[in-house]
Amino acid sequence: MKVKDIIKVLDAELLAGENTDLEIISACGSDLMSDVMAFVKDNVLLLTGLVSPQVIRTAEMMDIKAVVFVRGKNPGRAVLDLANEKGVLVMTTHDPMFIACGKLYNAGLTGKGVW
Amino acid sequence: MEKGLLKLHYIIPANDLTCAGEASSNVKKKLIQLGIDPALIKKTSISMYEAEINAVIHANGGEANVEIDNEKIKICISDHGPGIPDVELAMQEGYSTASDEVREMGFGAGMGLPNIKRYADDLKIETEVGRGTALTITVYI
Repeated sequence: MKVKDIIKVLDAELLAGENTDLEIISACGSDLMSDVMAFVKDNVLLLTGLVSPQVIRTAEMMDIKAVVFVRGKNPGRAVLDLANEKGVLVMTTHDPMFIACGKLYNAGLTGKGVW
Repeated sequence: MEKGLLKLHYIIPANDLTCAGEASSNVKKKLIQLGIDPALIKKTSISMYEAEINAVIHANGGEANVEIDNEKIKICISDHGPGIPDVELAMQEGYSTASDEVREMGFGAGMGLPNIKRYADDLKIETEVGRGTALTITVYI
């Protein structure tokens, strides 16, 4: 699934990054960055309600190219600047975590993002 | 690399969670430039990042010394913090002494040291209560 499809499914707003043709095959929903680092495979979409620079840092270390902030969360300028600097695409959706994950799974994003 | 060895040194600033990870980010960039296998880069980056976060949140920062040669990447993160009274306990997943502020940043769930052990090929912990801690992480190339 391409990022532009994810934006449609979640009625999301793109806050950082441009490459909406980026292909995503799996996703992970977590507010705990250490768990993301412990269990996630490459190239997932990260859904999180945590709004902090460490989300972008974690994405960078994990080669995660796209992040969705759920529950309508909008990170500050500093987080978005960091995302732009690190090449991490950032979106926000008003959907809560469970609904956002469900919508994406239902739309075909069914790859197993964790081991 | 001169004589097959590259040395890098970073200061890890105290109590600055917004900057935590900058040293790891720099090392990751350097490893990419050196053409190291991406899987090894990831192992190294995650291990170092968790150790860097630990130094910031538990020990008022510290320093990172990185050595890269043809056989291995060796990272030593040292601090002058409170030390770890019970290393075996600290290695258990879920055990944490982190503050609420740290938890709000998505860490402090007791996964730091276990994650480092998970990804490092070798992990040496030298710690003394009241004196500080030094983690030596080795990833073989």
